Amino acid sequence: MSEKPIYFDNNDSTAMIEPVFAAMKPYFMEQYGNPASLHQYGLDAEEAVNDARATLTGLIGAQSDELLFTGSATESNNLALFGLTQAAPKNKHHLITSKVEHHAVLNVMKRLVKEGFEVTFLDVDKEGFVDPDDLKKAIRPETLLASIVHGNHVIGTIQDIKALGEVCRENGVLFHTDAAQSFTKVPIDVNDIPVDLISINAHKMHGPKGVGALYVRKGVRFDRLMEGGPQENNRRPGTENVPAIVGMEEAAKIGCANRDKDNAYMIEIRDRLIEKLLEIPHTHLNGPRGDKRMPSNANITFLYIEGEAILMHLSMRGVYVSSGSACSSIALAPSNVLTAIGLVHEEAHGSIRFSFSKLNSLDEVEPAVEHVKQVVDQLRAMSAFIPAEHSEKEGAGKTFYKKKKSEF
Amino acid sequence: MAIKYSPTVIEHFTNPQNVGEIENADAAATEGSPACGDMLTFTLKVDPESHVIEDVRFRSYGCASNISTASMATVLAKGKPVEEVKNFNAKIISEKLGGLPATKMHCSVLAVNGLKAAIKQWEINNGLAEEEEIQCNVTTIKKLLKHVINPQTGKNIISMGMINFIKIDGAKVFIEVNLGDTEDMYAENIRDEITETIESMKCLEEVVVRILDRQKFEIKDNNGV
Repeated sequence: MSEKPIYFDNNDSTAMIEPVFAAMKPYFMEQYGNPASLHQYGLDAEEAVNDARATLTGLIGAQSDELLFTGSATESNNLALFGLTQAAPKNKHHLITSKVEHHAVLNVMKRLVKEGFEVTFLDVDKEGFVDPDDLKKAIRPETLLASIVHGNHVIGTIQDIKALGEVCRENGVLFHTDAAQSFTKVPIDVNDIPVDLISINAHKMHGPKGVGALYVRKGVRFDRLMEGGPQENNRRPGTENVPAIVGMEEAAKIGCANRDKDNAYMIEIRDRLIEKLLEIPHTHLNGPRGDKRMPSNANITFLYIEGEAILMHLSMRGVYVSSGSACSSIALAPSNVLTAIGLVHEEAHGSIRFSFSKLNSLDEVEPAVEHVKQVVDQLRAMSAFIPAEHSEKEGAGKTFYKKKKSEF
Repeated sequence: MAIKYSPTVIEHFTNPQNVGEIENADAAATEGSPACGDMLTFTLKVDPESHVIEDVRFRSYGCASNISTASMATVLAKGKPVEEVKNFNAKIISEKLGGLPATKMHCSVLAVNGLKAAIKQWEINNGLAEEEEIQCNVTTIKKLLKHVINPQTGKNIISMGMINFIKIDGAKVFIEVNLGDTEDMYAENIRDEITETIESMKCLEEVVVRILDRQKFEIKDNNGV
């Protein structure tokens, strides 16, 4: 494996790009002041953080004091949901979310259930969309908030957050969206979309890890979770990660400025890969096609084999992907997103996510597909599993071994 | 979280031994299920005089440790008398593989159970053992639940004292599980494994598993959420 690996795991994290690193560099060893200090070094650092805040809010049409920096999108989600529920009046004890959320929302909701909140987990259709009518039906007088992910991290579904936000706004319910995957790729203008809180991060858009942000619309009641200094408008104490914040600003600027070009580039890679992989027998695409799918995401189920084994073989061949299989998660449960769109366990176990960035190239598709084909063939040849109905219906595939326990 | 495997596990995963099936095998058995994401089928050829396992092969549906534990099980069993292989346990396999992560210990259990099930089938085929009639009672359930491994510790849920009670009511069975120090995130896996195990008895129609966390708070199954 002497060649450069093919990195198709950009929904997990991306490479930082040179201009982002260049923007960050001075803030490590030269302009290292604490933004809270009153001397010149401190003032310089504070200015850098506030410039970043102004840039980021500008990109979503918000006012510059409506955004606070955090350590990750996970922290932003926690801060949003715990922050709102802590500040809520006692009669607002009902929350709404969907079954396709990231664990940074799902597990917060589960904890809030334990703390006495009622949570409705909305179903999605087979492509992963939440129906705004379902959201409307779930709303009650005691509903405090709804939290629905913008771009899905597993299957790339882009929710109609405008329609969902409007339902919330009409019914006096706060609306939060986790835009960790979609930020810069799918535009959000808070003047057009009635969303009250947005979680974002930097490392999915070629920025550094360890920094995120939360947009909070002015006037939203919200309690801080940690005690300490008065940073971030008294809502998130702790010295700001100045270099990372500057890096996040630069990454967001570049990402939004090149959105159309980068999206078109990724979509070409995505659609070519999907087309080629679906030529393999007994496969299907998870999530929607076309412009309602994240440009960066493809998710394919390979029947009769298991995702972790596929992933590990691909890794050894220098193709880096991720899997929705139970075996590759430490909790041994298949991805909640894949089961929510109606996949049975054995389909979820054989699902692989390929995710792209502007740093990938179309030339990587063919070798990646070739590796996948070989690995799939190798694992299927030793598979202990094929349901009878598949083997008879789809004669085009290989001949698989059938379960035959009682024949002997 | 990344899972780290020993070099021996990787070796057996990339180059598994004794893959496939024996034609005209003397016995075969399948353990596990596609729903759980791991399943193994073993086929055996046994010398009728010496009772030595002349050949053993496996087919796998599962992850890297599923493949490597099965491969190691066949390597250890080949050329040995069935009486010796019947004494194999999961620990022997995982030790020979240079250890398995706790969340993967159930794979070595599956490999050993699969191999033993094939031997049992051979014994039945040759009149050396009787087909066991599954008694539909709490004792059987307890025995079977010893195959359900707590992913956090790699130990079975019975030995960990995680079962509060088992109650059979007609064709319905209620099981209450306490997680103790086990993290909540493993609840659904444990629930699925218990349900799957009891369904394999094919004598009970409904399985209700109630799981309590450390604070005795019930963890509900939100349809996979």
